[in-house]
Amino acid sequence: MRTEKPSWAQSVGPVALVAAVLIVVWYAAAVWLNAPQVIERFDGIGNPWGARELVDATWSMERPVLPAPHQIVADWWASVFGADLDSPRSLVYHAGVTLSSTILGFALGLALGVLIAIGVVHSRVLDRGLLPWIIASQTIPPMVVVVLGSLGYPPLVSKAVISMYLCFFPVAVGMVKGLRSPEVLQLDLMRTWSATPAQRLVKLRLPAAVPFLFASARIAIATSLIGAIVGELPTGAQAGLGARLLSGSYFGQTIQIWSALLMASLLGVLLVAAVGAVERLVARWMGAAA
Amino acid sequence: MSDAAVQAKDLSLVFQTADAPVTALSAIDLTIARGEFVSFIGPSGCGKTTLMRAIADLERPTSGSLTVNGVSPEQARLDRAYGYVFQAAALYPWRNVLRNVMLPLEIMGLRERERRTRAAKQLELVGLTGFERKFPWQLSGGMQQRVSIARALAFEPKLLLMDEPFGALDEITRDHLNEQLLRLWERTGKTVVFVTHSISEAVFLSNRIVVMSPRPGRIIEIINCDLPTGRGLDVRESVAFAEIAHRVRAALRSGHSYED
Repeated sequence: MRTEKPSWAQSVGPVALVAAVLIVVWYAAAVWLNAPQVIERFDGIGNPWGARELVDATWSMERPVLPAPHQIVADWWASVFGADLDSPRSLVYHAGVTLSSTILGFALGLALGVLIAIGVVHSRVLDRGLLPWIIASQTIPPMVVVVLGSLGYPPLVSKAVISMYLCFFPVAVGMVKGLRSPEVLQLDLMRTWSATPAQRLVKLRLPAAVPFLFASARIAIATSLIGAIVGELPTGAQAGLGARLLSGSYFGQTIQIWSALLMASLLGVLLVAAVGAVERLVARWMGAAA
Repeated sequence: MSDAAVQAKDLSLVFQTADAPVTALSAIDLTIARGEFVSFIGPSGCGKTTLMRAIADLERPTSGSLTVNGVSPEQARLDRAYGYVFQAAALYPWRNVLRNVMLPLEIMGLRERERRTRAAKQLELVGLTGFERKFPWQLSGGMQQRVSIARALAFEPKLLLMDEPFGALDEITRDHLNEQLLRLWERTGKTVVFVTHSISEAVFLSNRIVVMSPRPGRIIEIINCDLPTGRGLDVRESVAFAEIAHRVRAALRSGHSYED
């Protein structure tokens, strides 16, 4: 029962305004960054040219430094709707490859993070001994893990492992906090009922940690996507958004790079929104205030 | 003497704090017979809650002996011999009223059907029938505490430990629940140990009133309270009631005189 739901215009208006400003700035930047190449070409041909010709040319180059928004959208549209879903020209196909390792890595990271948190909360030895190692593990640059992980494993596994490595950490940290969130009285009650440690975990600590889990999961799903894309860069992967980015940069296909980036960010927004939707469902089921 | 519900002999409890040890309980001698209604009354820091927590095996006495139903507090806890009501309701926010009351029964391993029947019975007793599907945040503080009482009763223990359970309720609800509790006690013959700040509540409810004093926590006096059984709230207007209340007040004052 929300009292004031903002109208459609109220909620979309500001977003649209920011987008409009960004697009204008983008077009201006495209002119500015692409102009040197265009001017060089014009001068080489020797034709006289004016401001209009310059702007037209900078917005329609085949391999611009910065493609104009409409070029990116056109390429994105063509490679999403204009290609067979199983062809390597299809962005949907590449997004699907990246998505599968993102989800697998996220699931593994979630499981590992929760297990570590349960261990840390229940064992003083793990609390003191494990956490420093976990923190140290996060100081290793992801690229090192990527290179190590790419030595001879199937691509899906190695990419998922990289995602897992990146996303178990926020989950573990959030869950440790969540599992320790019950009040002393609630724990005392469990003791008066002579609950077993497993009952205490399942009936008190885990439900209490759910809001913390979702806060971590929003971060983890985004890092998992980054992990999957980064994992596709040096593995010599033939498929996935990362591979698409890499091949684009080999051949100077800047438009292809940007449309793959657009796809990646759409995928990210979608995944975070999906986590948010599950969170709302679970919260309602657990009786949260509307 | 294993017939006693609670028996403490020369019981002491010292908390080790960072700067100096604090004697929470000192030389407590107390026997609570089965079926008695005993109140602990005294100012803050007199150890009444600590004594209650020691009975519930939530604190470990430093010396002396303590038995509950003739066995150690730990064994009594494992036997699920008591129900505990805290000052705060401490309901689990993700469970609705019914499922909060069913939680201890779930932990005991009772079947779903049995859990529902027992929980419904106790909710009726505290006047919350019809609120089964509400979540704690939808209830007033008083209603939440009534749920927590139903939860302790759902256990159907022989011994009920209540730590200022009505302290947060408005006076009308409090009177109502005091009367309900008295009827419940008369009907079931449970042993009730009750911590309170309120003299009139202690006199109205109890067989015996244990008056305690702080620094170190100890028993000043144990006052018998022989008001007629089946009494209603109007007993509080009687001369006998006023006399007992006066004796409790005098004992509390004598405890304080050590400090002044």
